[in-house]
Amino acid sequence: MKVHEFQAKEVLRRYGVAVPESGVAATADEAEAMARELGGGTVVVKAQIHAGGRGKGGGVKVVKNPAEARAAAEAMLGVPLVTHQTGPEGRVVRRVLVESGMDIARELYAGIVLDRARELYVFMASAEGGVEIEEVAAKSPEKIIKQWFDPDRGLMPYQARELAYAIGLEGKQAANAAKFFRALARATVETDASLAEINPLVVTGQGEVLALDAKMNFDDNALGRHPEIAEYHDPHEEEPLEVEAHEFDLNYIKLDGNIGCMVNGAGLAMATMDLIKYAGGEPANFLDVGGAADVDTVANGFRILMSDPNVRAVLINIFGGIVRCDRVALGVVEAMSKVEVKVPVVVRLEGTNAEEAAKILAGSDLEFGVATSFKEAAEMAVKALNA
Amino acid sequence: MSILVNSETRLLVQGITGGEGTFHTEQMIAYGTPVVAGVTPGKGGGEHLGIPVFNTVREGVEQAGANTSVIFVPPPFAADAVAEAAAAGIELIVCITEGIPARDMVTAKQAVVAAGARLVGPNCPGVITPGEAKVGIMPGFIHTPGRIGIISRSGTLTYEAVGQLGAAGLGQSTAIGIGGDPIIGSTFLDLLPLFEADEATDAVVLIGEIGGTAEQEAAAWIAEHMNKPVVAFIAGQTAPPGRRMGHAGAIISGSSGTAAEKMEALTGAGVAVCDSPAVIGTTVAAALG
Repeated sequence: MKVHEFQAKEVLRRYGVAVPESGVAATADEAEAMARELGGGTVVVKAQIHAGGRGKGGGVKVVKNPAEARAAAEAMLGVPLVTHQTGPEGRVVRRVLVESGMDIARELYAGIVLDRARELYVFMASAEGGVEIEEVAAKSPEKIIKQWFDPDRGLMPYQARELAYAIGLEGKQAANAAKFFRALARATVETDASLAEINPLVVTGQGEVLALDAKMNFDDNALGRHPEIAEYHDPHEEEPLEVEAHEFDLNYIKLDGNIGCMVNGAGLAMATMDLIKYAGGEPANFLDVGGAADVDTVANGFRILMSDPNVRAVLINIFGGIVRCDRVALGVVEAMSKVEVKVPVVVRLEGTNAEEAAKILAGSDLEFGVATSFKEAAEMAVKALNA
Repeated sequence: MSILVNSETRLLVQGITGGEGTFHTEQMIAYGTPVVAGVTPGKGGGEHLGIPVFNTVREGVEQAGANTSVIFVPPPFAADAVAEAAAAGIELIVCITEGIPARDMVTAKQAVVAAGARLVGPNCPGVITPGEAKVGIMPGFIHTPGRIGIISRSGTLTYEAVGQLGAAGLGQSTAIGIGGDPIIGSTFLDLLPLFEADEATDAVVLIGEIGGTAEQEAAAWIAEHMNKPVVAFIAGQTAPPGRRMGHAGAIISGSSGTAAEKMEALTGAGVAVCDSPAVIGTTVAAALG
């Protein structure tokens, strides 16, 4: 799960990671009041959306006083912000972070992810802050210093020191950085974050080390033991259809094509998208109805994928294992009798109780294309589109 | 022969009295799998489905001679169940549970390695040696005994591949679902050498997906060490970056973990890579000549 910058900073503060003084505002009045509370001097007003590239998109403004903070917030709030990560429609800004201005001496980078290959967490630090770390990794990988650590032991003090010295810090700055790194590692592990990225990490003229920006993603599988983080979920940042699908325990991701698909299992769902593309079509979505698909799940899934106005044909591909094809067939028939279906539907049901399913489909007075193989199913769906 | 499970398997079911555990234990017994014990803490001493139930895995190993376990324990407790099985001396642990926090799996995996055990999963359909033993949740009836090994990150896509092999008249020596999570017990790299050494396996199907670098590591090993033909398919060629495609591990981060780079690495290693998931069966038949 992704969270906003101000939420990530709340989490970090709780673990003693140094962040600048700041507050969040949902209105221009609040932004002005917050700027005053921070001393009335220079502050930074930052749009809060789940996307990178906010600075270049005009979502970060340095202002000199509370009146200017108010004006900056007024210009951002309620307006879509377009960055290279949002798509052309952008994301509506609902909150801004108002943060104390910093006397920045250096911009560095610090990040933590789970390294799947080594099966440990990896702490990455670089003297090249404020730029995309992927670019640094591609151009000069030697500039990214790494230390691997075990979640139970955490980042050891010597590892934190080695990182700090390796990115060119000395004396008090290095000591402050090492303290920051260990706190960041602890925050990451204890909150089950799958990513923590501080870019830039800044060193001030006074030698303080602080998180100027903060990005955190959390392991969805661990949200059950972190109710305070689960509360950060912001449905405004997601496709409305994805939010609705989630309520029915369906895994739905909207894509740009026009063939809606409903499949059981994530791997088969991805493969179905691939096969549609291979047959010359474009998938409209990823929809995994899961391992326990019954009449209701299938009916809800069908309704959700049909709510996408771009869908001009539907492909249902189920390989029944635990899932019984006859129940899926009943779900499809029920859904199609309730929802007005104006587009062609191709069904392929294989595996457990496939024969009973075929009888159910044949016995209904609804129109289906029935495919027997995976390949035929995708080809029929693409053909139906062009009919 | 075959690998990992066979008629010598003595299976213990962790979480046997739960809904999932009950349903799949019945299915495994019906398939002919030798199920010798069940574990549910607090319910030891009784019987469930005619199988003795113990409070701990250790009791199941000592009193019923279990050597393999399958886990149907809910996600918050599943990593602990893995570590318990490893500590009790279970040789092969198959974890079906979906939704285990990644941090828990880092710790559990270390316990498995320290005990010298082997873990398959989590978040996987399990392992089947057709006609001998089914340790997991896959539909037994679609499989036929034969000489093709399967290693897959996906569940239902594996069933699809098995179906296609069957249609081409090809049975399976052993089919293994390794799971779709970021941290898994056995990778392609751990299992390919077993199939290469197995006299009952003629060719291997490798089904990967986006995310991570396990397929690239497999490709490097295949190029150096594998003599048997390998056929591969990578799911997620059309997946958008940055989105978790169902499986926690199936996510393209930045430019890394894409289907294209995996397919390229495998092709470079001499693997027959299928562009379309519909030709897995026919590609294997062709590879066997």
